[in-house]
Amino acid sequence: MPTRPPAAMKSAPKRRSVSAAKSARVRALRPRAGRRETPPRPPAPPPQVLRLDVSVRADLLDPAGRDARAALAQVGLPHLESLGAVRLRRVYFLEGLLDLDAQARAIQALTDRVLDVAAFGPPAPPPSGTVEVSVMRRSGVSDPEAETARGLLRSLGLAVTQVKTARVYRVETPASIEALGGAARRALGNDVIEEVLAGAPATYHFPHPLPVQAARLEVPLRALGDEALVALSRQMGLSLSLVEMRAVEAHFQRLKREPTEIELETVAQTWSEHCKHKTLAGAVTMTEGGVTRAFKNLLKETVFAATQRLAKPWCWSVFQDNAGVIDFDGRDGVCMKVETHNHPSAIEPYGGAGTGIGGVIRDILGTGLGARPVANTDVFCFGPPDLPDSEVPKGAMHPLRLLKGVVAGVRDYGNRMGIPTVNGAIVFDARYVGNPVVYAGCVGLIPKRYVKKAARPGDLIVAFGGRTGRDGIHGATFSSVELSAQSETVSSGAVQIGDAITEKKVLDVLLQARDQGWFHAVTDCGAGGFSSAVGEMGAEVGAEVDLAAAPLKYPGLKAFEIWISEAQERMVAAVPRAKWKRFAALCASEGVEAFVLGRFTRNHRLVVRHGKTLLADLTMEFLHEGLPKVSREACYAAPALEEPTVLVKPSYDGDLAALLRMPQIGSKEWVVRQYDHEVQSGAVVRPFMGAQQGPSDAAVLAPTLGSRRGLVLANGINPAYGDIDPYAMAFLAVDEALRNAVAVGADPARIAILDNFTWGSCSRPETLGTLVKAAEGCRDAALLYGTPFISGKDSLNNEFRTEDGRLIVVPATLLISALGVIADVRKTTTLEAKRAGDAIVLVGLTKDELGGGHWYRLKGVLGANVPQVTKDAPRTLKAVSLAVRKGLVNAAHDLSEGGLAVAAAEMAFAGDLGLTLELGALPVEGTLDDPRLLFSESPTRFLLEVPPEKAAALGVLLLKARVPHAVIGTVTAEPRLRIRGRLGEHDVLSSSTADLRQAWRSALPLPTEVPS
Amino acid sequence: MSRSRKPRVLVLRAPGTNCERETAFAFASVGAEPVTQHVNALLAKPKTLDTVEGLVLPGGFSFGDDLGAGTVFGALLRTRLLPRIRRLVDRGGIVLGICNGFQVLVKTGLLPALDGTEEQSVALAANVSNRYEDRWVTLEATSDNAFFTRGDRLDCPVAHGEGRFLAQDAATLDLLDASGQLALRYVDPAGHLPARYPFNPNGSTRDVAGITDATGRVLGLMPHPERHQFPWQSPLFHAGLAPKAPDGLLPFKNAVRHLRRAFDLVGAKR
Repeated sequence: MPTRPPAAMKSAPKRRSVSAAKSARVRALRPRAGRRETPPRPPAPPPQVLRLDVSVRADLLDPAGRDARAALAQVGLPHLESLGAVRLRRVYFLEGLLDLDAQARAIQALTDRVLDVAAFGPPAPPPSGTVEVSVMRRSGVSDPEAETARGLLRSLGLAVTQVKTARVYRVETPASIEALGGAARRALGNDVIEEVLAGAPATYHFPHPLPVQAARLEVPLRALGDEALVALSRQMGLSLSLVEMRAVEAHFQRLKREPTEIELETVAQTWSEHCKHKTLAGAVTMTEGGVTRAFKNLLKETVFAATQRLAKPWCWSVFQDNAGVIDFDGRDGVCMKVETHNHPSAIEPYGGAGTGIGGVIRDILGTGLGARPVANTDVFCFGPPDLPDSEVPKGAMHPLRLLKGVVAGVRDYGNRMGIPTVNGAIVFDARYVGNPVVYAGCVGLIPKRYVKKAARPGDLIVAFGGRTGRDGIHGATFSSVELSAQSETVSSGAVQIGDAITEKKVLDVLLQARDQGWFHAVTDCGAGGFSSAVGEMGAEVGAEVDLAAAPLKYPGLKAFEIWISEAQERMVAAVPRAKWKRFAALCASEGVEAFVLGRFTRNHRLVVRHGKTLLADLTMEFLHEGLPKVSREACYAAPALEEPTVLVKPSYDGDLAALLRMPQIGSKEWVVRQYDHEVQSGAVVRPFMGAQQGPSDAAVLAPTLGSRRGLVLANGINPAYGDIDPYAMAFLAVDEALRNAVAVGADPARIAILDNFTWGSCSRPETLGTLVKAAEGCRDAALLYGTPFISGKDSLNNEFRTEDGRLIVVPATLLISALGVIADVRKTTTLEAKRAGDAIVLVGLTKDELGGGHWYRLKGVLGANVPQVTKDAPRTLKAVSLAVRKGLVNAAHDLSEGGLAVAAAEMAFAGDLGLTLELGALPVEGTLDDPRLLFSESPTRFLLEVPPEKAAALGVLLLKARVPHAVIGTVTAEPRLRIRGRLGEHDVLSSSTADLRQAWRSALPLPTEVPS
Repeated sequence: MSRSRKPRVLVLRAPGTNCERETAFAFASVGAEPVTQHVNALLAKPKTLDTVEGLVLPGGFSFGDDLGAGTVFGALLRTRLLPRIRRLVDRGGIVLGICNGFQVLVKTGLLPALDGTEEQSVALAANVSNRYEDRWVTLEATSDNAFFTRGDRLDCPVAHGEGRFLAQDAATLDLLDASGQLALRYVDPAGHLPARYPFNPNGSTRDVAGITDATGRVLGLMPHPERHQFPWQSPLFHAGLAPKAPDGLLPFKNAVRHLRRAFDLVGAKR
C-alpha cells in the first residue's frame, strides 16, 4: 500500500513566508527513515533493536579488510609502519521482536555457513591496540541491501520491521582514535552519504517520522523588485536568472495571483539549463576578428543543421526523443544516448556515476516505446592520478579516489543491469580537479514499429519502478551551477544512490508490456523527476496528477519534494484505461510497484494536486514556451602560441616508455576488467585483444543472438587540442571516433555520431566563444565526412571555486561517440600483430603536427601546430574500411595519442610479436626530423598489417583511392620494436615488447596483478 | 518406445538474472526446448518442474547479490522448491548453474550434496583480488559426468567478483576430489595445472572452476560457456585460429545427449 498522508486540512495556512518554508525544508532533511510500510501512528514505543555482527572466519582470507588496510595506508594514516591487520565486519541492525530461535534463523539467512562467523548482541570490545571504525549510510540515504535483508527475513516469517546495514572495520593500529577517524573518513567512507565513527561501537536508532500534511504554499512574487527576485531564486535554489524570474512574475501578474511553491519549482526545473539547454539552443552573437555573426539557435544552425543537410534515409529519429534512432537491420533500429553526471560524481563518485549509468539506461528504455539496452560506454576526465594530497583543494576529492569511486559505481550498476560496458576512455588534466567529467552512454535496439510514441487524452499516467524519496532534490538546478568548496555540504540532498536491481526489474516488465501494446508512450524520470516526465509527456495534451498516490520510501516528504524528487529507477507510461489491469498484474508478478499518478487530459494544462489540495495549475504553453529568449555574447580570439625548439636525439626509447606510462595513453586494465563486457553474449572485438591483450580501437558486438549483423562503438576526445583551436578539436574528435570505428571494419557510410559538450560557464563571452567554434567544427566535420549527428547533450558550468576564490574551469571537453552498423561481424579486424613476415603499411600523411599532442605534453609544452583534418580524410577512411572488410589485412590500428611510435608499440606487444620499421619510408609532407616522424599526431592515419599474398591487392585499392600510403616495415618473430631513423643510419628506437608492455601497464597507480 | 520431442529445460530467472536469453539460445541451438520463467511464476505453479527434464540457473545478479551472491535466491529455492528439484535429479534430469546460478546451487546445498545431505559445505568467496573481473580462461574437465568427458578442454569468459571456490575443511575437499566431483579446473594456456593468476582468475582452491554432485547431473561452474557459442566470439577468431565448433556449446550438447538417452527422447530434426 502506498503511504497516504491525510488530505490537507482546510484550515491550512494559505501563506507562509518563504524563508520559513526554506528553514522547514532544511530541518526536514535531517531525520529520515528507511521504512516502507504505513508508519505507526501514533508512534508506538520504540521496538527492540538488535545488532548482528558477521565476519569472515578468522582463518580465512578477508580481501575487503586487506583492501581497507591498503586504503588507510594510501591516505597516510599516522604510525603507518605499525599498522596491523584490518578485518571487516558486516553489521545489521534489526528492529523487531526476535527470540533466540528467530535469531538463529536470521543468522542462517544472512550469513554464509562456510565462510562466516556471526553473533547477535553488543560485540565484545576489540582487543587493546585495535580500534573499531564504523561506516553507515546517513539516514535517508538509500540502503538497498538493508531492504533486501528485511524482505528476506520477513519472507521467512521473522518479525523484523526495519533493517540498517553498517561496515565495521577492526584496525590494529597505535594511531589515536582521532587520527584513525580522520584517515577513515578519506579512505573508507564518504561524509556526504555516510557517517564514519571511530572508537565507540556503532549503534542505531530507527527514526519514525510522521507524514507531512500537504499544504498549498503561495510565494508572494508580484510585489518584489529585481534584487528580491534574484534573492528569492537563490534562496529557493531555483537557479533562475533575473530575466527568467521577471518572466515568471509577469505571467502571474497577468493571472492576478501569486505562484505556489510547486509552480515555481516546476518552472525552475523545466527551464533549467539541464533540461532546456538554454545556451546551446539559444541565440548567440559571436564576434571573431572584428567580425560578428549571429545565431538564432546555435544548436539548430550547427550540429542539427548538418544532420538535416545530410538527410540520411537510415536516420529514423534524430534530436527529438530521448535518443536518436538509426536503422540497424530494417526490422530493428539502434539508438544511443550519452549523458554527463559530473556534479553528483564530484561529491559522491560511487552514487553519482552509478546513477549516471542508471539514468542513461532509462533514457534508452524511454526511447520510443522502449528499447532493449545492448551496450554501455563510459568516458571520464579526472585530475592527475599522482596529484600530491596537499594540492587537492578543500571540498574536492583526490582524483584517484574519484576514479575508484566512479569505476565502482559504473561497475556495480552496469554489471547488475546485465548490459556489457564495451567502450570508453579516460582523460587526465589538472583542470578537472574539483570538477571531474563523467560521461555514460547506452545503446539499445528497438523494433521499427515502436519508434513513435504519443500520450493520448484519457490515458492514465502510470509511474512504476522505485519509490519516491528525498533523493536528488534540485539535481536539475544543482547541475546548472558551479561547484565550490562548500558543494559537498550544501548539495548532499542532490546525491542519489542507485539500486540497479530495481531498474533491471523495470527493464524486464517494460519490454514485456511494450510487446503487449499496453502503453502509448513512456519516458524516464530523470532530472526533475515526475515534474519533468509528466510535463514533457503531457506537453501536447495536458496532464493532471495527484501526488498523494505516490508510494514513498519513508513518510515525511512534502508535496513539492515528491513532485521534483530525482529518486532513481522510476518510469512513467501513458497506459490506456483498458490495459491498466493487465499492466498492473504484470508488474506485480515481477515485484515491480506501479500506481496511477494521474491522467492525461486535453486542456493543455499541468494540474498538480495532493488529495484535494490544488498545488499547481499551469498552462503547458507557459511552461514550455514561456522561457524568455536571451541572446548571449560570445567572442573568440586565437591564442598566441609558439612551437618549441626540438633537439634531435639518437634514441627515443625513453620517450616512448614515458609516453606509454602517461595515464592517458597507458593501460586502463584495472578499470576495464571490472566491467562485464561479455554479458548478452554479443562481444566480438573486446576492449583488450591479442595474446598479450593490447588496447582495441573500438568495440564490435553482434547484439542479436544468432545474427552476424553488428554494431561498432568508438569515441574521440582530446581537450588539449582545444587549448590551441576548438574548431580543429571538433574535427579531430570526429576524426578520432571515425578512424577508431573504421580501424575495426566499420563502414563510414553507416556511422552516426553523438556530441557531448562539457564546458565552463558560458556567461563569459570567451568561454561561449570556444563553444561556438567547437559547434561549428562539429557541423563542418559532419558535412565533410557525411556523418550525421543523431543525439547530443551539453553540460555547462563545469567549474570549481576553491576556498581562496580561485576558479578552476574545465578545458573545453568535446566527446564524440560513434555508432556504426556493419553487415557481418566476421568482416572485422583487431589491432594486434598476428604473423611474422607480414608487411606493415602506413596509411595517411605525416606532418609537423605535434601541437596539443602527447610528446609535447611530456616536454611540458603545448605547441602551436595543432593537427588539421584535410578534405582527403573521408577518402582515406573509406579505403581502409574497404581493405578491412575485404579481408586484405591481418590487423589494423589507428595512430592517435603519441603518434606512430605508440601505435606500433601497442600493435607489437598486443600480439607478442615484433615490428621493424623505417622512418625514411613514411609518406610525409615537407621534411620532418625523427621525433616528429615518431610522435606527430597527424589525423586519419592507420597502421595495417598485410600478409604478403594480399599486399598487391591492398596496394591497388589504396592507389585507386588516391590515399597516401607506404610499406614501412615488417612483423618479426622476435618480440622487439625496432625503428630505423629517417636517414637510415641507426635505430632510433629498439625496445623489447615486454618492456614496452610493462611501461604501458604501469601507467595508473592501481594494481593489475593480484595482491599477495 | 522413444518419444519424439525435444528435452525440455526450464531456464529460471529471478530479479537481477541477466544471462537467460543467451543461455536459452544455447540450449535451443543444440536441440533442447528451453522455457524461460520467472521464479515467482514457478513458485505459483511448482508442478512445472515435474514437466521438464532440466533446470538451469543462468548467470546474473539475483537480488542484486545483496547479502552475498546467491544468498536470497538460494534461500528461496531451499525453503520452497528443494524436494521438487531433488526429484528432478533423481529421475535422471539435470541441473546446471552458471556463475550466479552456481553460487545459488551452493547456497541451496544442491552442490556438492555430500552424503546426499543438503547442508552447504563449500563456498564461493570474494575473489582474492577483491574485484569483479572479466577475462577469458581455459578449463579442463577432470572427471566424467553428464556435461563433460574427462579431458575436454574449453575456452570461455569468467565475469564475477565472488568465485573463489573453497571447502569448509580439508577433509571435504579431499572427499570431493576422490569422488570426482571437482569437475572443472582452470588451467594455463598450455593446459597445465596449477594455473596461476590470471589463469586461475579468483584464487580458487585447487583451481576449481566447477563442481558436480555425486550423480554428475548437477553441475555448477563460474565461467560462462554460453558466451562462447558462436565462432566469432573466440579471442582467436581474428587470427584465424578459432575452433569451428565453439567450445562453449560442449556442456549444452552433452547435457542434451544425456537427456535424450535418459528419457528416451528422439530430438526433433533441427
